[in-house]
Amino acid sequence: MYRDGAALDNVTLSIAPKEFVSIVGHSGAGKTTLLKMLLAQERPTDGSVFFESVDVHTLPKSSLHHYRRKIGMIFQDFRLIPNKTAYENIAFAMEAAGRPDDEIATDVPYILELVGLGGKAHHFPHQLSGGEQQRVAIGRAIINQPDVIVADEPTGNLDPVNTFEVIEILKKINELGTTVLITTHNKGVVDAMGRRVITMENGRIARDDAQGHYIL
Amino acid sequence: MMMLRRIFVAGAKSFIRSGSVSFATVLIMTVTLMIIGFLVFLSAVLSNTLVSIQDKVDVNVYFTPAASDSDIATIQEEIEAIPEVAATTYTSREEALIQFRERHADDELTLRALDELGENPLGASLSIKANDPSQYEGIVQYLENDLGGSSFIDRINYFQNKTVIDRLTAAIKATARAGSIIVFLFALASTIIALATVRLAIYSARDEIAVMRLVGASNMYIRGPFIVAGILSGVFAGLITLILFYPAAWYAGSATAIWLGGFNVFTYYVDNFAVFFGVIVGAGVFLGGVASYLAVRRYLKV
Repeated sequence: MYRDGAALDNVTLSIAPKEFVSIVGHSGAGKTTLLKMLLAQERPTDGSVFFESVDVHTLPKSSLHHYRRKIGMIFQDFRLIPNKTAYENIAFAMEAAGRPDDEIATDVPYILELVGLGGKAHHFPHQLSGGEQQRVAIGRAIINQPDVIVADEPTGNLDPVNTFEVIEILKKINELGTTVLITTHNKGVVDAMGRRVITMENGRIARDDAQGHYIL
Repeated sequence: MMMLRRIFVAGAKSFIRSGSVSFATVLIMTVTLMIIGFLVFLSAVLSNTLVSIQDKVDVNVYFTPAASDSDIATIQEEIEAIPEVAATTYTSREEALIQFRERHADDELTLRALDELGENPLGASLSIKANDPSQYEGIVQYLENDLGGSSFIDRINYFQNKTVIDRLTAAIKATARAGSIIVFLFALASTIIALATVRLAIYSARDEIAVMRLVGASNMYIRGPFIVAGILSGVFAGLITLILFYPAAWYAGSATAIWLGGFNVFTYYVDNFAVFFGVIVGAGVFLGGVASYLAVRRYLKV
């Protein structure tokens, strides 16, 4: 029977710690839905998602935020908080996690420096370019030292130069020991990486190559 | 404690930064609070008028001119012994005559007729006040049964006054009820508008709320700043209302004092400022806080 409107169908995969995994596929192939399930934004009708040994869909809504602090999220459209400065956007993730003030005061400038925005700490998102906004978003994603970075089309809205920079930052994060999971349309990004590539088609996994290329 | 401080700072910051939205919210809430404040004024004016009208109810016992002061004093003592009676006021024949002349000062004919008469035709009278307007009936009953036979008593005027007073009381009560319902409906309508405004302000932040959820903020930490901003709107709207009421009450006070039977709106406002402050700022805080709480809840389901 063909899928009746389901975005994902019979998908089974596991990702080991410290892997760098690219998920590729056409629009509507189910890449974003897969990530949303990982974040417990959506529930599967059947099956389960495990993070370490926890089935994330059994977590009550009231404690989801603890789980989400272990995952740094990066979006195609950046999703910064518009009335907070670059500094405050990054600090927000730490404040929300209940980290003390002195830690925030030392970590946020360090991260801003790391993503190359040391001079633009007090700019609001609308005063920053797309690439700069995405770098703020990356800063926000990594500030709490998550176990996993999940990036949904992080370079989708960026020009080639910014795409390259963002991917370089993600690689660096991965080398420091964080699992990175990205979805992308960008052939150049995937081919240059030479890492594991999962290809999705119509909600199923079509290929899963340890050192893959962008093949559709 | 640290979280509370962060929530407060974030709320205050977002209140200031989303200036035009905050301004609109404060403005709408000010209108709502003014209507609520007006409700307080209205109920004060109406209850005051009612009290002053009911205060005018009394029973007058008129004595024949033949009754001597000592006879009347005995009866007065007897009446004052009735537990329902609050007070009695004695008006002597001479005083009655002076009052009569004053009342008819413009009426040449009547005064001349009085002069013609040579002697004082008026009797003394005793006005009786009851503790409660509903007790008059019983007092009159007692007077008629126990003193009705007394040859000194000319007449008791209760019944002719009663109908007039009853009608007036009924009219005031009806006005009060209708007025309260209308103002209440206005208050309700503007409260709903204020809620919708707050909701709209938060609707524009719904994506932000989703992002906050995804970067791992707890519901309370997301909701907190919105509630703080809502409460701030309420406080500002309350203060603006209180400030605007000052000149308004001053103007209305002098213009309507005579009409309201000596009740001065301005003095009432100044004397009861604590009550107004509590009701208006309290309503503002409640409105802003609850509206924000409810509005954010809808977008926390991520």
